[in-house]
Amino acid sequence: MSAAQQQATEGDDGYNFAYLDEQTKRMIRRCLLKAVAVPGYQVPFGGREMPLPYGWGTGGMQVTASIIGRDDTLKVIDQGADDTTNAVNIRRFFARVAEVPTTESTAEASIVQTRHRVPEDPMREDQIIVYQVPQPEPLRPLEPREIECRKMHAYKEYGLMQVSLYEDIARFGEIATSYSYPVMVGDRYLMSPTPIPKFDNPKMDDFPALQLFGAGREKRIYAIPPYTKVKSLDFDDHPFAVQQWEEDCALCGAEDTFLDEVILDDQGGKMYVCSDSHYCARRRAEGHEGKLSESAARAYAAAVGAAEEEEA
Amino acid sequence: MALATSLNASGGIDTAELRPGLADPVHDSQHIFRGLLTALAHPGRPVTLPGDVAGPEPLDPATTAVALTLLDYDTPLWIDWIADTPPLRAYLKFHCGCPLVERSQDAAFGLVTDPENMPRLALFAQGRDQYPDSSASLLLQVPSLEEGPAVTLKGPGIRETATIRPAGLPDWFWNDWRLNAAQFPLGVDIFFTCGRSVVGLPRSILAEG
Repeated sequence: MSAAQQQATEGDDGYNFAYLDEQTKRMIRRCLLKAVAVPGYQVPFGGREMPLPYGWGTGGMQVTASIIGRDDTLKVIDQGADDTTNAVNIRRFFARVAEVPTTESTAEASIVQTRHRVPEDPMREDQIIVYQVPQPEPLRPLEPREIECRKMHAYKEYGLMQVSLYEDIARFGEIATSYSYPVMVGDRYLMSPTPIPKFDNPKMDDFPALQLFGAGREKRIYAIPPYTKVKSLDFDDHPFAVQQWEEDCALCGAEDTFLDEVILDDQGGKMYVCSDSHYCARRRAEGHEGKLSESAARAYAAAVGAAEEEEA
Repeated sequence: MALATSLNASGGIDTAELRPGLADPVHDSQHIFRGLLTALAHPGRPVTLPGDVAGPEPLDPATTAVALTLLDYDTPLWIDWIADTPPLRAYLKFHCGCPLVERSQDAAFGLVTDPENMPRLALFAQGRDQYPDSSASLLLQVPSLEEGPAVTLKGPGIRETATIRPAGLPDWFWNDWRLNAAQFPLGVDIFFTCGRSVVGLPRSILAEG
């Protein structure tokens, strides 16, 4: 799909602007203001049923629906990609019910709704990023009782989380958590950064754009204001570190992006490509080229060749 | 809870005298909300609110816009005695439907048009340990956002520091704010309004006079 803007031509008269009714939007908006005022604290909200199942971004969509206006431009990504089912459908949903233009370019968007990635391109102060959150409670795997988790947050009692990270070190020699890596927001609240890879955690710190988080099933909203301290938990002798790859992106040659492993055939052929599809496509358009390993090149040519034959 | 004093003989609201609300409730309130979100995410930065709406005396357009955007039957409102007039009560009752409360502690929102004589910040709901979101938000309409004494702000949303100059605040105000910020995550959040502008001051912000 091209990165050009897809202008919505007509809206859907049967629904209120942006699907939600005005009373619901007002309730969510008040929660958003509280969330910004108390960075990292999970504000309970009256989650509504959305026209797609829990787990597909109902929380993020309710946040987006409450903030979006006719002069916004929306980008939606799913694991970094603009062209996967979840991203395409949410983008189409808002093009239909809010009549907003959509884009695949991070720079052109005023609102970016994301599932599990922070775009590689830098974001600006005048942009908002909305995360879809499956499980907002970072302590849940350690403490199933909501009432206990709430107390731990109230009294900043986060020893349990440090112990669980320490158990990783004792068992594996390192902190084995690679996604949903817990962070402290503004030195006060322990927060789940949603299942973004820990590669993206450092981007959240001192981020210029407003970050909003919506969890539909769990009915929680939280936020990180711009320029807020976000620190990944670690130990003095085991400092936080992000993933690294031995290869660069096979398509655009980027050395500093989050890479997905793509299996190409059943002969062991594989390649690593940028998870941020727009970033990768832009670099390729700018003339950057990656090095496909020989086996990957063969498998890739076979796959692409087959697809082109089908099209013809 | 006080009964609206603006009821006419038949028990309804005198709609002939009523000022209009937002011209386009859906899109105007969205616009205004985004302004408020920007104001709270960038504390100290004045934001001009769209939707030029003329509410009843003594409300400025920005104060009216915030009220029309955030208030409804879920948000008990406390208003100070200067603003507490029959036309204003009728206006809020008709456009927002928010219950008006006598005790500031019971309010989700406080509307102050005479900040010099406002109650101390601790007299509004501060939130609870486990639910800091249950605190009050205050709309403080000030005579000027530029002519008061300079106050330096620091905290989330501010890159280095920000300076605001709201006028007409009582002399205990910034001391109270220090106490408010010290009990973070509890405490009230404030929107200063004047004319068509709003400045956000969330509880997470430290202020130095």
